[in-house]
Amino acid sequence: MNTLSILAASVLVLGAAPTLAIAAGAQGQHVMEAAGAKPESGASPMKQAAAPAAMPMDAMDHGDMNMQGGSAPADARDPHAYSGGYTLDSGKYALAGPRQLRLADEHSFGTLLLDRLERVDTRDATSTAFDAQAWFGRDYDRLVVKAEGDYANGRLEEARTELLWGHAIASYWDAQLGLRYDTGEGPDRSWLAFGIQGLAPYWFELDATAYVGNEGRSALRVEAEYELPITQRLVLQPRGEINVYGKKDEANGMGSGLTDATFGLRLRYEVSRQFAPYIGVEWSNKFGQTADLARAEGASTRETRWVAGLRFWF
Amino acid sequence: MPARFSPIGIPVTLNRRRFVQGLAAGGVLAGLPGLLHAAADRAPSTVTGAAPVLRGTEIDLVVAESPVNFTGNPRMATTINGSIPAPTLRLREGDTVTIRVTNRLREATSIHWHGIILPYQMDGVPGISFAGIAPGETFTYRFKLEQTGTYWYHSHSGMQELTGMYGALIVESREGEPVRADRDYVVQLSDWTDEAPMQVFAKLKTQSDYYNYNQPTVADFFRDASTDGLKSAIAKRKMWNEMRMSPTDLADLSGATLTFLMNGTTPAGNWTGLFRRGERVRLRFINGAGNSFYDVRIPGLKMTVIQSDGVDVEPVTVDEFRFGPGETYDVLVEPKDDAYTLFAQAMDRSGYARGTLAVQPGLTAPVPALDKVEWLTMADMMGAMGGMAGMDHSAMAGGMKDMNHAAMPMQHNMPGMNHGAMAMDHSQHAMAENPLDKASQTVRHARTEYGPSTDMRVDMPRTNLDDPGIGLRNNGRRVLTLADLSTVGGPIDPRGAEREIELHLTGNMERYAWSLDGLEFGQSTPVHLRYGERVRVILHNDTMMTHPMHLHGMWSELETADGAFQARRHTIPVQPAQRISFLVTADALGRWAWHCHLMFHMDAGMFRQVVVS
Repeated sequence: MNTLSILAASVLVLGAAPTLAIAAGAQGQHVMEAAGAKPESGASPMKQAAAPAAMPMDAMDHGDMNMQGGSAPADARDPHAYSGGYTLDSGKYALAGPRQLRLADEHSFGTLLLDRLERVDTRDATSTAFDAQAWFGRDYDRLVVKAEGDYANGRLEEARTELLWGHAIASYWDAQLGLRYDTGEGPDRSWLAFGIQGLAPYWFELDATAYVGNEGRSALRVEAEYELPITQRLVLQPRGEINVYGKKDEANGMGSGLTDATFGLRLRYEVSRQFAPYIGVEWSNKFGQTADLARAEGASTRETRWVAGLRFWF
Repeated sequence: MPARFSPIGIPVTLNRRRFVQGLAAGGVLAGLPGLLHAAADRAPSTVTGAAPVLRGTEIDLVVAESPVNFTGNPRMATTINGSIPAPTLRLREGDTVTIRVTNRLREATSIHWHGIILPYQMDGVPGISFAGIAPGETFTYRFKLEQTGTYWYHSHSGMQELTGMYGALIVESREGEPVRADRDYVVQLSDWTDEAPMQVFAKLKTQSDYYNYNQPTVADFFRDASTDGLKSAIAKRKMWNEMRMSPTDLADLSGATLTFLMNGTTPAGNWTGLFRRGERVRLRFINGAGNSFYDVRIPGLKMTVIQSDGVDVEPVTVDEFRFGPGETYDVLVEPKDDAYTLFAQAMDRSGYARGTLAVQPGLTAPVPALDKVEWLTMADMMGAMGGMAGMDHSAMAGGMKDMNHAAMPMQHNMPGMNHGAMAMDHSQHAMAENPLDKASQTVRHARTEYGPSTDMRVDMPRTNLDDPGIGLRNNGRRVLTLADLSTVGGPIDPRGAEREIELHLTGNMERYAWSLDGLEFGQSTPVHLRYGERVRVILHNDTMMTHPMHLHGMWSELETADGAFQARRHTIPVQPAQRISFLVTADALGRWAWHCHLMFHMDAGMFRQVVVS
C-alpha cells in the first residue's frame, strides 16, 4: 500500500467515522422507532401492561423521533431571544466592572489516567507497559496528552507520545489535532495527528487517529475499549487495537499495510473508582511485511501476553 | 488534615457502617489528630442538632470555619454562628429586619434568603445582587418582610452551602399563627461530604458515574434473563445502551460520599423531637441539601401537608412526599404511639437521613429498609411517548412486579399523551379564544441544543403533574404530587399570561455539563422581563434528572397543562422529560438569579440571570 492510498484510507476512515456513527446512532443521531401504541392495543394502558411481552421494542411502528445529536432545524429557537439586548455585565442594574460571577463552565479541570501500568509476561520475555492519558481544560476544549510504551531490560523499547488539542464536536465525540512523537530502540519519528475520540453507542470507547509523518510516512491507529461491570466493583475490560502504516519503516520493524492487531481482556477490581488492580491476557498478531520483518529477526509474529497491573487516575 | 480518601480515592480509614450511619455525636470532637487540634483550640466545635433560635429585628450572624465530625474523620465546616444548621431565624411579618453578616472566613461569602421577596440588592447572590462579603467585612442586609411561612437561608458562594451554611427562616404572621399546633419543629435535611466539594465536582467531570454504585451489571443481566427470559433482558437494556444513558442515573452523588443529615445530625445521632400523647405537631421540612432529593415519610403516621414553599395550601393528607434542594413542606401530624421514625431516604436509595418523634428522649422506632432501586422508565426518557410504549418495555423486562409500577405512570401519562398528540388541535381550538390561556404544547428546542452540550432532547414531553416520580410510583403509599397542591386564596395576580418564555433544562451526563437551552451560564444572556408584566414560563426538561428550579425575587405560580392555577412556589421541581409551566409577575426590579438548586448543576452552568426593568 502506498502512502497515498493509506492516507486516503485514513481520511476515509476518519471521515467515515462520523458517518458510520450517524448510521449507528453514534454522532448520535438517535433515531428512535418509537413508541406509539398499536391501535388495537392502544385503547387501554392496563391491557398493554397486562400483555407486556407482546410488543417488543423494535416492533413499535410509530413516527421517528430524534432524541440525540442531529443538526438544528432552521426554525430552532434562538437561545438569546429573551435577552432584550441585555448581557450578563451590561445594561441596567448590572454591577460595575467586569463580570464577577463565573461558574465551573468557565473553570478548567484536569485528570491524569494511567489506564494501563502493567507487567507483561510472554513466553520469551517480561516487560513493563504503560498507557496514559491526561487532559486539562474545559468541557468543550482541552489539552490532551497520550503516552504509551514499554520498557524491557531497563531500556525503553518503544514509546508513543501525543500532544493534542481536543475539541468537542458532538454529544459524545471530541476531535483531536496535534503532534505525535515516537521514540525507542529504532529511529525517532514525528507525526501530525488528527483523530476522534469518544463514546460509540453501546458504550464502546473509541479512539481513532490518522498520522502523517516525514518522508511520506502515514499511519492509522484505532483503539476500542469496553467496560463491562460484573459487579459494582469488578469490571471486565475488553480492549482492541489495530495499527496500519502507509510506508515500510524497516528500522522500526514496520511494514506497510496492516502491521499488528491486539486484543486483550483485563479484569480489574475497583478498590475505588480511581484505583484498580487488574490481571489480564492479551493476544497480539503481526501481519504482512511486519510479520516478515519479525521472522527475519527471529522474533515471533504471534504472542500471548499475561498482564498484571494497576489502573488509576487522579 | 487526615484524609478518609487518599489522593486517588482509596478509603484509608473508612469504616463503611460508621460512614453511612455517621457518628452518634456529630459535632463532638473525638480523638482529634494533631493538625485539627490546633484549629479546634481556636474554634469551638460546631453545635449540631439543635439550632439556636434568633428573634427580633436586629440580628448578627458570623460566618466562620468550625470543626465537625460526622463520620469519624474530623473536618472543617463553614458555619453561621457556629451551628449546623445555622440559627433558626423567627421573624415577624411586616417587620423591617436588619441582619449584619460578618465574614470570618479566608474567602468571600454571602447569604441568600431563599424564597423571601425583597429588593434585589438584598438577595445575596455575589456577582448579581452585590459584590459578596469579603473576608473580615460585615454586610448589612435590611428588608421588610411582606410574607409569612417557612423559608430558609444559605450561602450563595462557591460550595459553602454544602459545607454547612444553611438555616431555617420562619416568618410569623402578625395576626398570630392560624394553624394550631402544640409543637413546632424545624426538620432541616441536608447532606455532608468529607471530601472537598470542588474535588467531588472534578471527579464528576472526569467520571460522571463515579458515585453510582447501582449500575447495571452483568450479574443483573443474568438475573433478569433467568427470570424474564433472555430476549426481554436484552430489550430492557437495548435503548439505554444504544443511547449511552444509564437507567440508574438517579443522583450524581450518593451515599458513597454523602452522609445524610437531619437537623445537622447523622442517622446514628438520631435527632429527636419530643411530644406528649394527643398533641398536634407541626414539622417544617426544609431541604437544604447540596445535591439530594429526599423521600420523606413517618411510618405509622399520616402527614397533613399545610404549606409548600412557605405558602399555605389546602390541607392534603399523605404518607410520603419527595422534595428537592430548595423546597419546603410544612406538615401536621398527630402521633399516638411512643415513638415514630422520621425517615428520609435519598432518591437514589443509597442512604437516608433519620430522626425520631418520641414522648421521651432515647426512645426509637424501627427504621425501615431502603426501598429497592428502580430503573428509570421510558417515560422518564421520552416523556409522553415513553409513557405509552416505554412502559411496555420496562414491564416486559420486569415481570409482574415492575408491570404494576409501569401501569400507574401510564395512566398518569394518558392525558399528557393526548395533549402531546393533539397539540395542533388544541392550539387551534385555543386560537379562537386566547392562545395564551394555557401553555403552548409546541416543543421548540433551542438551536444550541443540537451540539456537544446536550445528550438528549425530548420531543413529546409529559405535562401531567400527578406523577410522584421514579421510585415512588405505585409503592402502596399515598405520595404527594404537585397535582395535590392547591394554594389557599388562588394566584397572587389574577391576570393571564401576556407572553411565553420557553426554557429547556439540558445537560450531557457523560461530560457532566449542565445548562439551559444547551448554553451554560458563561455563554448565556439574561432573560429580560418587563417590569409589571405577567409572563408564562415553560420549563421543558430534556434530561433524565429532576431539577428543582429556583427563581429568585418573584413567585413562580405553577399551573396545570390546561392553564388552571395550582400552587405558588419559589422552587419548582421538573421531572425527567416533563414540560411544566408557571406564571410570574415581574414586580421586582433588578437583576436576579434563576437556577437549578442541585449545587453541582448550578455550578456547572444550569443558571440564568433575570433582569426586570
